[in-house]
Amino acid sequence: MLANFFEYEFLRNTFLTGIIIGIIAPLLGTFIVVRRLSLIADALSHVTLAGIAFGLLLEKKTGAVLLTPFYSGLGFSVIGSLFIERLRRVYAAFQELAIPIIMSAGVGLSVIFISIANGFNTDLYSYLFGSVSAVSRQDLMSIGVIALIVCVVIFVYYKELFLLSFDEEHASVTGINAKTIHFIFILLTALVIAASIRIVGVLLVSSLMTLPVASSIRIAKGFKQTIIYAIIYGEVAVIAGLISGYYLEIPPGGTIVMILILLLIITITVKKIATAFVIRKHRLHDEVSE
Amino acid sequence: MAKAIVNMEHVHFRYGHRKALDDIQFQIKEGDFIGLVGPNGGGKTTLIKLILGIEKPTSGSIEIFGQPIEKFKQKNVIGYVSQKANSFNKGFPATVYEVVAMGLTAKLGIMKRLTRQDKMKIKETVAKVGMLDYLYDNIGDLSGGQQQRIFIARALVSDPQLLILDEPTVGVDAENVEKFFDLLHELNQQGISLLLVTHDIGTMTHHAQQVVCLNKTLHFHGNPNTFSSLSKEQLSEYYGHPLNLVTHQH
Repeated sequence: MLANFFEYEFLRNTFLTGIIIGIIAPLLGTFIVVRRLSLIADALSHVTLAGIAFGLLLEKKTGAVLLTPFYSGLGFSVIGSLFIERLRRVYAAFQELAIPIIMSAGVGLSVIFISIANGFNTDLYSYLFGSVSAVSRQDLMSIGVIALIVCVVIFVYYKELFLLSFDEEHASVTGINAKTIHFIFILLTALVIAASIRIVGVLLVSSLMTLPVASSIRIAKGFKQTIIYAIIYGEVAVIAGLISGYYLEIPPGGTIVMILILLLIITITVKKIATAFVIRKHRLHDEVSE
Repeated sequence: MAKAIVNMEHVHFRYGHRKALDDIQFQIKEGDFIGLVGPNGGGKTTLIKLILGIEKPTSGSIEIFGQPIEKFKQKNVIGYVSQKANSFNKGFPATVYEVVAMGLTAKLGIMKRLTRQDKMKIKETVAKVGMLDYLYDNIGDLSGGQQQRIFIARALVSDPQLLILDEPTVGVDAENVEKFFDLLHELNQQGISLLLVTHDIGTMTHHAQQVVCLNKTLHFHGNPNTFSSLSKEQLSEYYGHPLNLVTHQH
Protein backbone atom coordinates (compact mmCIF):
# COMPACT_ATOMS: atom_id res chain seq x y z
CA MET A 1 0.00 0.00 0.00
CA LEU A 2 2.80 2.33 0.84
CA ALA A 3 4.46 1.65 -2.54
CA ASN A 4 2.61 4.46 -4.34
CA PHE A 5 3.80 6.92 -1.75
CA PHE A 6 7.36 6.22 -2.67
CA GLU A 7 6.84 5.86 -6.38
CA TYR A 8 5.36 9.31 -7.09
CA GLU A 9 7.24 12.40 -6.13
CA PHE A 10 4.15 14.44 -5.18
CA LEU A 11 3.06 11.70 -2.78
CA ARG A 12 6.54 11.49 -1.34
CA ASN A 13 6.55 15.25 -0.76
CA THR A 14 3.17 15.00 0.94
CA PHE A 15 4.30 12.10 3.09
CA LEU A 16 7.49 13.86 4.22
CA THR A 17 5.58 17.07 4.91
CA GLY A 18 3.07 15.04 6.93
CA ILE A 19 5.84 13.54 9.05
CA ILE A 20 7.34 16.99 9.66
CA ILE A 21 4.10 18.68 10.68
CA GLY A 22 3.18 15.61 12.76
CA ILE A 23 6.15 16.63 14.91
CA ILE A 24 6.02 20.42 14.98
CA ALA A 25 2.26 20.91 15.30
CA PRO A 26 1.85 18.85 18.51
CA LEU A 27 5.22 20.13 19.84
CA LEU A 28 4.10 23.74 19.70
CA GLY A 29 0.52 22.68 20.40
CA THR A 30 1.52 21.47 23.87
CA PHE A 31 2.60 24.98 24.82
CA ILE A 32 -0.53 26.43 23.20
CA VAL A 33 -2.86 24.13 25.13
CA VAL A 34 -1.27 24.61 28.55
CA ARG A 35 -1.31 28.36 28.05
CA ARG A 36 -5.01 28.13 27.20
CA LEU A 37 -4.47 29.71 23.82
CA SER A 38 -6.02 26.93 21.75
CA LEU A 39 -8.24 29.35 19.86
CA ILE A 40 -5.35 31.51 18.71
CA ALA A 41 -4.42 28.76 16.27
CA ASP A 42 -7.92 28.92 14.84
CA ALA A 43 -7.83 32.70 14.47
CA LEU A 44 -4.46 32.56 12.73
CA SER A 45 -5.56 29.81 10.36
CA HIS A 46 -8.42 31.99 9.15
CA VAL A 47 -6.02 34.86 8.58
CA THR A 48 -3.83 32.45 6.64
CA LEU A 49 -6.86 31.63 4.49
CA ALA A 50 -7.17 35.32 3.64
CA GLY A 51 -3.51 35.29 2.61
CA ILE A 52 -4.01 32.22 0.47
CA ALA A 53 -7.07 33.75 -1.18
CA PHE A 54 -5.00 36.86 -1.83
CA GLY A 55 -2.25 34.76 -3.42
CA LEU A 56 -4.77 32.91 -5.61
CA LEU A 57 -6.30 36.23 -6.65
CA LEU A 58 -2.90 37.64 -7.62
CA GLU A 59 -2.15 34.51 -9.59
CA LYS A 60 -5.42 34.75 -11.45
CA LYS A 61 -5.29 38.47 -12.19
CA THR A 62 -1.63 38.81 -13.12
CA GLY A 63 -1.09 35.36 -14.54
CA ALA A 64 2.39 35.41 -13.05
CA VAL A 65 3.45 33.63 -9.91
CA LEU A 66 5.06 36.46 -7.98
CA LEU A 67 3.89 35.26 -4.65
CA THR A 68 2.58 31.72 -4.35
CA PRO A 69 -0.45 31.24 -2.11
CA PHE A 70 1.82 29.41 0.35
CA TYR A 71 3.98 32.49 0.91
CA SER A 72 1.12 35.00 0.91
CA GLY A 73 -0.62 32.75 3.47
CA LEU A 74 2.55 32.64 5.54
CA GLY A 75 2.89 36.42 5.33
CA PHE A 76 -0.71 37.03 6.43
CA SER A 77 -0.34 34.54 9.26
CA VAL A 78 2.74 36.32 10.62
CA ILE A 79 1.09 39.76 10.28
CA GLY A 80 -2.04 38.36 11.97
CA SER A 81 0.09 37.13 14.88
CA LEU A 82 1.53 40.62 15.33
CA PHE A 83 -1.99 42.09 15.43
CA ILE A 84 -3.13 39.52 17.99
CA GLU A 85 -0.25 40.50 20.24
CA ARG A 86 -1.03 44.18 19.83
CA LEU A 87 -4.74 43.63 20.58
CA ARG A 88 -3.99 41.47 23.59
CA ARG A 89 -2.12 44.41 25.03
CA VAL A 90 -4.85 46.92 24.14
CA TYR A 91 -7.49 44.71 25.81
CA ALA A 92 -5.34 43.55 28.71
CA ALA A 93 -8.40 42.61 30.76
CA PHE A 94 -10.14 40.74 27.91
CA GLN A 95 -7.25 39.06 26.15
CA GLU A 96 -9.42 36.50 24.37
CA LEU A 97 -11.18 39.34 22.58
CA ALA A 98 -8.22 39.51 20.19
CA ILE A 99 -9.21 36.09 18.84
CA PRO A 100 -12.71 36.85 17.45
CA ILE A 101 -11.47 40.20 16.12
CA ILE A 102 -8.63 38.62 14.14
CA MET A 103 -10.69 35.61 13.14
CA SER A 104 -13.51 37.71 11.68
CA ALA A 105 -11.01 39.96 9.92
CA GLY A 106 -9.52 36.82 8.36
CA VAL A 107 -12.86 35.47 7.21
CA GLY A 108 -14.03 38.89 5.98
CA LEU A 109 -10.89 39.40 3.90
CA SER A 110 -11.11 35.86 2.54
CA VAL A 111 -14.68 36.40 1.36
CA ILE A 112 -13.69 39.62 -0.39
CA PHE A 113 -10.64 38.15 -2.12
CA ILE A 114 -12.48 34.99 -3.14
CA SER A 115 -15.38 36.88 -4.67
CA ILE A 116 -13.09 39.29 -6.54
CA ALA A 117 -11.40 36.21 -7.97
CA ASN A 118 -14.86 34.99 -9.07
CA GLY A 119 -15.47 32.31 -6.52
CA PHE A 120 -14.18 28.97 -5.42
CA ASN A 121 -12.11 26.59 -7.43
CA THR A 122 -10.57 23.22 -6.68
CA ASP A 123 -7.35 24.81 -5.53
CA LEU A 124 -9.10 26.74 -2.80
CA TYR A 125 -11.01 23.61 -1.82
CA SER A 126 -7.71 21.82 -1.24
CA TYR A 127 -6.53 24.70 0.96
CA LEU A 128 -9.67 24.43 3.06
CA PHE A 129 -9.60 20.70 3.70
CA GLY A 130 -6.05 19.65 2.84
CA SER A 131 -4.83 17.56 -0.04
CA VAL A 132 -2.54 14.60 -0.67
CA SER A 133 -1.32 16.00 -3.95
CA ALA A 134 -0.69 19.65 -3.26
CA VAL A 135 2.85 19.78 -1.90
CA SER A 136 5.49 20.87 -4.38
CA ARG A 137 9.17 20.26 -3.88
CA GLN A 138 9.61 23.93 -3.10
CA ASP A 139 6.81 23.81 -0.48
CA LEU A 140 8.52 20.83 1.11
CA MET A 141 11.80 22.74 1.34
CA SER A 142 10.09 25.78 2.91
CA ILE A 143 8.24 23.59 5.40
CA GLY A 144 11.54 21.88 6.25
CA VAL A 145 13.14 25.25 6.97
CA ILE A 146 10.16 26.30 9.11
CA ALA A 147 10.39 23.04 11.08
CA LEU A 148 14.09 23.61 11.66
CA ILE A 149 13.46 27.14 12.95
CA VAL A 150 10.66 25.94 15.24
CA CYS A 151 12.70 23.11 16.71
CA VAL A 152 15.82 25.23 17.26
CA VAL A 153 13.90 28.07 18.90
CA ILE A 154 12.00 25.71 21.21
CA PHE A 155 15.25 23.95 22.10
CA VAL A 156 16.95 27.26 22.94
CA TYR A 157 14.03 28.77 24.87
CA TYR A 158 12.56 25.60 26.34
CA LYS A 159 13.10 26.55 30.01
CA GLU A 160 11.80 30.05 29.51
CA LEU A 161 8.75 28.96 27.51
CA PHE A 162 7.95 26.32 30.09
CA LEU A 163 8.24 28.74 33.01
CA LEU A 164 6.20 31.38 31.20
CA SER A 165 3.48 28.83 30.44
CA PHE A 166 3.33 27.60 34.01
CA ASP A 167 3.38 30.87 35.87
CA GLU A 168 3.80 34.23 34.18
CA GLU A 169 4.31 36.13 37.43
CA HIS A 170 7.17 33.94 38.56
CA ALA A 171 8.73 34.27 35.12
CA SER A 172 8.86 38.06 35.46
CA VAL A 173 10.27 37.82 38.99
CA THR A 174 13.16 35.72 37.71
CA GLY A 175 13.97 38.44 35.20
CA ILE A 176 12.74 36.66 32.06
CA ASN A 177 11.61 38.99 29.34
CA ALA A 178 8.07 37.65 29.11
CA LYS A 179 7.03 39.98 26.30
CA THR A 180 9.83 38.92 23.97
CA ILE A 181 9.41 35.22 24.66
CA HIS A 182 5.67 35.46 24.15
CA PHE A 183 6.17 37.32 20.90
CA ILE A 184 8.56 34.66 19.59
CA PHE A 185 6.03 32.04 20.62
CA ILE A 186 3.14 33.60 18.66
CA LEU A 187 5.41 33.98 15.64
CA LEU A 188 6.26 30.28 15.79
CA THR A 189 2.55 29.48 15.93
CA ALA A 190 1.99 31.48 12.73
CA LEU A 191 4.81 29.58 11.01
CA VAL A 192 3.54 26.15 12.05
CA ILE A 193 0.03 26.96 10.87
CA ALA A 194 1.24 28.10 7.47
CA ALA A 195 3.34 24.94 7.20
CA SER A 196 0.49 22.60 8.14
CA ILE A 197 -2.23 24.03 5.94
CA ARG A 198 -1.27 22.16 2.76
CA ILE A 199 -1.90 18.83 4.44
CA VAL A 200 -4.75 19.36 6.90
CA GLY A 201 -6.34 22.50 5.48
CA VAL A 202 -7.30 25.83 7.02
CA LEU A 203 -10.36 24.59 8.83
CA LEU A 204 -8.69 21.74 10.63
CA VAL A 205 -5.15 22.95 11.24
CA SER A 206 -5.77 23.93 14.85
CA SER A 207 -6.99 20.41 15.61
CA LEU A 208 -3.60 18.97 14.66
CA MET A 209 -2.09 21.27 17.28
CA THR A 210 -4.59 20.62 20.04
CA LEU A 211 -6.15 17.14 19.72
CA PRO A 212 -2.90 15.16 20.14
CA VAL A 213 -2.25 17.18 23.29
CA ALA A 214 -5.79 16.58 24.54
CA SER A 215 -5.06 12.84 24.37
CA SER A 216 -1.54 12.90 25.75
CA ILE A 217 -2.40 15.14 28.69
CA ARG A 218 -4.74 12.39 29.94
CA ILE A 219 -1.97 9.84 30.33
CA ALA A 220 1.36 11.67 30.56
CA LYS A 221 3.31 12.44 33.71
CA GLY A 222 4.99 15.78 33.39
CA PHE A 223 5.54 18.22 30.58
CA LYS A 224 8.22 16.49 28.52
CA GLN A 225 6.23 13.29 28.47
CA THR A 226 3.16 15.24 27.37
CA ILE A 227 5.12 16.58 24.39
CA ILE A 228 6.48 13.16 23.43
CA TYR A 229 3.10 11.41 23.60
CA ALA A 230 1.46 14.27 21.70
CA ILE A 231 3.98 13.86 18.88
CA ILE A 232 3.33 10.09 18.79
CA TYR A 233 -0.43 10.69 18.56
CA GLY A 234 0.17 13.33 15.88
CA GLU A 235 2.39 11.07 13.77
CA VAL A 236 0.05 8.09 13.95
CA ALA A 237 -2.89 10.23 12.88
CA VAL A 238 -1.04 12.01 10.07
CA ILE A 239 0.41 8.84 8.56
CA ALA A 240 -2.79 6.79 8.87
CA GLY A 241 -4.88 9.77 7.74
CA LEU A 242 -2.77 10.44 4.64
CA ILE A 243 -2.80 6.82 3.54
CA SER A 244 -6.53 6.31 4.15
CA GLY A 245 -7.35 9.70 2.62
CA TYR A 246 -5.42 8.78 -0.51
CA TYR A 247 -7.12 5.41 -0.99
CA LEU A 248 -10.60 6.59 -0.02
CA GLU A 249 -10.22 9.77 -2.09
CA ILE A 250 -11.12 11.97 0.87
CA PRO A 251 -9.17 15.14 1.71
CA PRO A 252 -6.62 14.11 4.39
CA GLY A 253 -7.75 16.93 6.71
CA GLY A 254 -10.92 14.97 7.37
CA THR A 255 -9.29 11.57 7.88
CA ILE A 256 -6.47 12.90 10.06
CA VAL A 257 -8.83 14.77 12.37
CA MET A 258 -11.26 11.87 12.67
CA ILE A 259 -8.39 9.52 13.54
CA LEU A 260 -7.29 12.01 16.20
CA ILE A 261 -10.84 12.10 17.59
CA LEU A 262 -10.95 8.30 17.61
CA LEU A 263 -7.59 8.14 19.43
CA LEU A 264 -8.88 10.67 21.95
CA ILE A 265 -12.01 8.62 22.68
CA ILE A 266 -9.94 5.43 23.04
CA THR A 267 -7.47 7.19 25.36
CA ILE A 268 -10.19 8.62 27.60
CA THR A 269 -11.98 5.28 27.80
CA VAL A 270 -8.86 3.22 28.49
CA LYS A 271 -7.71 5.71 31.11
CA LYS A 272 -11.09 5.55 32.82
CA ILE A 273 -11.10 1.77 32.89
CA ALA A 274 -7.51 1.66 34.12
CA THR A 275 -8.27 4.12 36.92
CA ALA A 276 -11.34 2.15 37.99
CA PHE A 277 -9.23 -1.02 37.98
CA VAL A 278 -6.54 0.55 40.19
CA ILE A 279 -9.14 1.83 42.66
CA ARG A 280 -10.72 -1.62 42.83
CA LYS A 281 -7.33 -3.25 43.36
CA HIS A 282 -6.58 -0.85 46.23
CA ARG A 283 -9.96 -1.54 47.78
CA LEU A 284 -9.43 -5.30 47.57
CA HIS A 285 -5.97 -4.89 49.02
CA ASP A 286 -7.38 -2.86 51.91
CA GLU A 287 -10.06 -5.48 52.58
CA VAL A 288 -7.50 -8.28 52.61
CA SER A 289 -5.18 -6.44 54.98
CA GLU A 290 -8.08 -5.69 57.31
CA MET B 1 26.63 42.88 63.39
CA ALA B 2 24.63 41.00 60.82
CA LYS B 3 24.91 42.31 57.28
CA ALA B 4 21.91 43.97 55.65
CA ILE B 5 20.41 42.05 52.74
CA VAL B 6 17.77 44.64 51.91
CA ASN B 7 18.02 48.29 52.86
CA MET B 8 15.22 50.72 52.02
CA GLU B 9 15.74 54.43 52.61
CA HIS B 10 12.90 56.96 52.41
CA VAL B 11 11.02 54.86 49.87
CA HIS B 12 7.82 56.31 48.45
CA PHE B 13 5.56 54.63 45.93
CA ARG B 14 2.46 55.79 44.10
CA TYR B 15 0.05 54.08 41.74
CA GLY B 16 -1.02 57.07 39.69
CA HIS B 17 -2.32 59.54 42.27
CA ARG B 18 -2.84 56.96 44.96
CA LYS B 19 -0.15 56.85 47.59
CA ALA B 20 0.75 53.23 48.32
CA LEU B 21 3.90 53.57 50.41
CA ASP B 22 5.04 56.61 52.31
CA ASP B 23 8.60 57.18 53.51
CA ILE B 24 9.54 53.59 54.28
CA GLN B 25 12.75 52.90 56.19
CA PHE B 26 13.22 49.20 56.37
CA GLN B 27 16.01 46.68 56.65
CA ILE B 28 16.23 42.93 56.39
CA LYS B 29 19.41 41.52 57.89
CA GLU B 30 21.06 38.14 57.62
CA GLY B 31 19.24 35.55 59.72
CA ASP B 32 16.08 37.64 60.22
CA PHE B 33 12.64 36.07 60.42
CA ILE B 34 10.30 38.98 59.87
CA GLY B 35 6.53 38.80 59.81
CA LEU B 36 4.88 41.50 57.75
CA VAL B 37 1.29 42.31 58.71
CA GLY B 38 -1.12 45.08 57.85
CA PRO B 39 -4.55 45.71 56.36
CA ASN B 40 -5.49 44.86 52.78
CA GLY B 41 -4.35 47.65 50.51
CA GLY B 42 -1.77 48.66 53.12
CA GLY B 43 1.08 48.12 50.66
CA LYS B 44 2.43 44.70 51.72
CA THR B 45 2.49 43.27 48.22
CA THR B 46 3.84 46.55 46.82
CA LEU B 47 6.72 46.42 49.29
CA ILE B 48 7.56 42.91 48.10
CA LYS B 49 7.36 43.95 44.46
CA LEU B 50 9.85 46.73 45.19
CA ILE B 51 12.28 44.33 46.87
CA LEU B 52 11.97 41.91 43.95
CA GLY B 53 12.55 44.71 41.47
CA ILE B 54 9.19 44.22 39.71
CA GLU B 55 8.24 47.82 40.57
CA LYS B 56 10.51 50.84 40.93
CA PRO B 57 10.08 53.29 43.83
CA THR B 58 8.70 56.74 42.99
CA SER B 59 11.46 58.13 45.17
CA GLY B 60 13.97 56.86 47.70
CA SER B 61 16.60 54.17 47.40
CA ILE B 62 16.66 50.41 47.72
CA GLU B 63 19.88 48.48 48.14
CA ILE B 64 20.32 44.73 47.90
CA PHE B 65 23.55 43.48 49.50
CA GLY B 66 24.82 47.04 49.54
CA GLN B 67 24.28 47.57 45.82
CA PRO B 68 21.60 49.79 44.28
CA ILE B 69 18.78 47.50 43.17
CA GLU B 70 18.99 48.58 39.51
CA LYS B 71 22.55 47.30 39.38
CA PHE B 72 21.84 44.10 41.25
CA LYS B 73 21.59 41.31 38.69
CA GLN B 74 21.85 38.13 40.75
CA LYS B 75 18.15 37.42 40.75
CA ASN B 76 18.60 34.04 42.39
CA VAL B 77 19.69 35.34 45.82
CA ILE B 78 16.10 36.28 46.65
CA GLY B 79 13.60 33.44 46.50
CA TYR B 80 9.91 34.23 46.19
CA VAL B 81 6.81 32.19 46.88
CA SER B 82 3.80 34.13 45.71
CA GLN B 83 0.23 34.07 46.86
CA LYS B 84 -0.65 33.02 43.35
CA ALA B 85 1.47 29.91 43.59
CA ASN B 86 -1.75 28.43 44.89
CA SER B 87 -3.87 29.46 41.98
CA PHE B 88 -1.90 27.95 39.10
CA ASN B 89 -3.70 25.80 36.55
CA LYS B 90 -4.20 22.56 38.51
CA GLY B 91 -4.33 20.48 35.35
CA PHE B 92 -0.93 21.67 34.17
CA PRO B 93 1.10 18.62 33.21
CA ALA B 94 4.29 19.23 35.16
CA THR B 95 6.01 16.88 37.59
CA VAL B 96 7.34 18.00 40.95
CA TYR B 97 10.83 17.65 39.47
CA GLU B 98 9.97 19.91 36.54
CA VAL B 99 8.42 22.56 38.78
CA VAL B 100 11.43 22.69 41.08
CA ALA B 101 13.78 22.79 38.08
CA MET B 102 12.03 26.01 37.03
CA GLY B 103 13.70 27.66 40.01
CA LEU B 104 17.05 27.31 38.24
CA THR B 105 15.94 29.07 35.04
CA ALA B 106 17.28 32.49 35.96
CA LYS B 107 20.52 31.12 37.37
CA LEU B 108 21.25 29.03 34.29
CA GLY B 109 20.40 31.59 31.63
CA ILE B 110 19.33 30.95 28.06
CA MET B 111 20.45 27.77 26.27
CA LYS B 112 22.12 26.23 29.33
CA ARG B 113 20.88 22.78 30.22
CA LEU B 114 20.73 21.31 33.72
CA THR B 115 24.05 19.79 34.77
CA ARG B 116 24.37 16.66 36.88
CA GLN B 117 24.94 18.81 39.95
CA ASP B 118 21.80 20.79 39.17
CA LYS B 119 19.80 17.57 38.97
CA MET B 120 21.24 16.40 42.30
CA LYS B 121 20.44 19.78 43.79
CA ILE B 122 16.81 19.52 42.65
CA LYS B 123 16.43 16.15 44.34
CA GLU B 124 18.14 17.37 47.53
CA THR B 125 15.84 20.37 47.69
CA VAL B 126 12.74 18.27 47.19
CA ALA B 127 14.02 16.00 49.97
CA LYS B 128 14.57 19.04 52.20
CA VAL B 129 10.89 19.95 52.01
CA GLY B 130 10.01 16.29 52.64
CA MET B 131 8.48 15.53 49.26
CA LEU B 132 11.00 13.16 47.66
CA ASP B 133 8.42 10.37 47.35
CA TYR B 134 6.42 12.55 44.99
CA LEU B 135 9.30 13.59 42.69
CA TYR B 136 7.70 12.34 39.48
CA ASP B 137 4.07 12.99 40.34
CA ASN B 138 2.10 15.69 38.58
CA ILE B 139 1.93 18.81 40.75
CA GLY B 140 -1.85 19.05 40.28
CA ASP B 141 -2.32 15.65 41.99
CA LEU B 142 -0.89 16.92 45.30
CA SER B 143 -2.75 18.56 48.18
CA GLY B 144 -2.61 22.31 48.77
CA GLY B 145 -0.06 21.97 51.58
CA GLN B 146 2.14 19.67 49.51
CA GLN B 147 2.00 22.03 46.55
CA GLN B 148 3.09 24.88 48.78
CA ARG B 149 6.13 22.84 49.85
CA ILE B 150 7.01 22.30 46.21
CA PHE B 151 6.82 26.02 45.51
CA ILE B 152 9.12 26.62 48.45
CA ALA B 153 11.51 24.04 47.01
CA ARG B 154 11.36 25.90 43.71
CA ALA B 155 12.35 29.11 45.48
CA LEU B 156 15.07 27.32 47.50
CA VAL B 157 16.76 25.41 44.71
CA SER B 158 18.82 28.39 43.57
CA ASP B 159 20.27 28.84 47.09
CA PRO B 160 18.64 32.14 48.00
CA GLN B 161 19.75 34.05 51.08
CA LEU B 162 16.38 35.66 51.53
CA LEU B 163 13.05 33.92 51.07
CA ILE B 164 9.94 36.06 50.63
CA LEU B 165 6.59 34.36 51.16
CA ASP B 166 3.32 36.12 50.35
CA GLU B 167 0.38 34.60 52.27
CA PRO B 168 1.84 31.12 51.94
CA THR B 169 -0.66 29.37 54.22
CA VAL B 170 -3.83 30.37 52.38
CA GLY B 171 -5.65 27.16 51.48
CA VAL B 172 -3.50 25.00 53.76
CA ASP B 173 -5.23 23.20 56.64
CA ALA B 174 -4.34 23.89 60.30
CA GLU B 175 -2.26 20.77 60.86
CA ASN B 176 -0.16 21.42 57.79
CA VAL B 177 0.26 25.08 58.71
CA GLU B 178 2.12 23.92 61.83
CA LYS B 179 4.36 21.60 59.79
CA PHE B 180 4.89 24.43 57.38
CA PHE B 181 6.18 26.72 60.12
CA ASP B 182 8.45 23.95 61.39
CA LEU B 183 9.98 23.89 57.93
CA LEU B 184 10.40 27.66 57.94
CA HIS B 185 12.16 27.55 61.33
CA GLU B 186 14.49 24.87 60.03
CA LEU B 187 15.36 26.99 56.99
CA ASN B 188 15.88 30.02 59.18
CA GLN B 189 18.28 28.06 61.38
CA GLN B 190 20.24 27.11 58.28
CA GLY B 191 20.85 30.81 57.75
CA ILE B 192 18.12 31.76 55.29
CA SER B 193 16.43 35.05 56.12
CA LEU B 194 12.66 35.08 55.87
CA LEU B 195 10.11 37.75 55.11
CA LEU B 196 6.63 36.39 55.60
CA VAL B 197 3.48 38.27 54.68
CA THR B 198 0.28 37.16 56.35
CA HIS B 199 -3.17 38.17 57.54
CA ASP B 200 -2.91 35.84 60.46
CA ILE B 201 -1.49 37.98 63.28
CA GLY B 202 -1.87 35.22 65.85
CA THR B 203 0.29 32.68 64.03
CA MET B 204 2.76 35.34 63.07
CA THR B 205 3.45 36.63 66.55
CA HIS B 206 3.94 33.05 67.63
CA HIS B 207 6.58 32.23 65.04
CA ALA B 208 8.41 35.31 63.76
CA GLN B 209 11.32 37.01 65.55
CA GLN B 210 10.20 40.45 64.48
CA VAL B 211 6.89 41.87 63.40
CA VAL B 212 6.45 44.74 60.99
CA CYS B 213 3.07 46.40 60.65
CA LEU B 214 2.57 48.26 57.40
CA ASN B 215 -0.27 50.56 56.46
CA LYS B 216 1.22 52.92 53.90
CA THR B 217 3.86 53.82 56.50
CA LEU B 218 5.63 51.52 58.91
CA HIS B 219 3.59 51.60 62.13
CA PHE B 220 5.46 49.05 64.10
CA HIS B 221 8.77 47.25 63.79
CA GLY B 222 9.83 45.16 66.72
CA ASN B 223 9.38 42.21 68.97
CA PRO B 224 6.30 39.99 68.45
CA ASN B 225 5.56 39.93 72.20
CA THR B 226 5.44 43.70 72.30
CA PHE B 227 3.21 43.62 69.25
CA SER B 228 0.78 41.16 70.83
CA SER B 229 0.64 43.19 74.02
CA LEU B 230 -0.49 46.27 72.10
CA SER B 231 -3.98 47.39 73.02
CA LYS B 232 -6.84 46.73 70.65
CA GLU B 233 -7.26 50.48 70.21
CA GLN B 234 -3.62 50.86 69.28
CA LEU B 235 -3.82 48.07 66.69
CA SER B 236 -7.06 49.43 65.26
CA GLU B 237 -5.31 52.76 64.84
CA TYR B 238 -2.49 51.09 62.90
CA TYR B 239 -4.96 49.24 60.72
CA GLY B 240 -7.12 52.28 60.16
CA HIS B 241 -10.24 50.37 61.16
CA PRO B 242 -11.54 48.40 64.16
CA LEU B 243 -9.85 45.04 64.38
CA ASN B 244 -11.17 41.68 65.43
CA LEU B 245 -8.10 39.74 66.36
CA VAL B 246 -7.95 36.05 65.63
CA THR B 247 -6.10 34.57 68.55
CA HIS B 248 -4.51 31.18 68.41
CA GLN B 249 -4.10 28.92 71.39
CA HIS B 250 -0.83 27.05 71.16
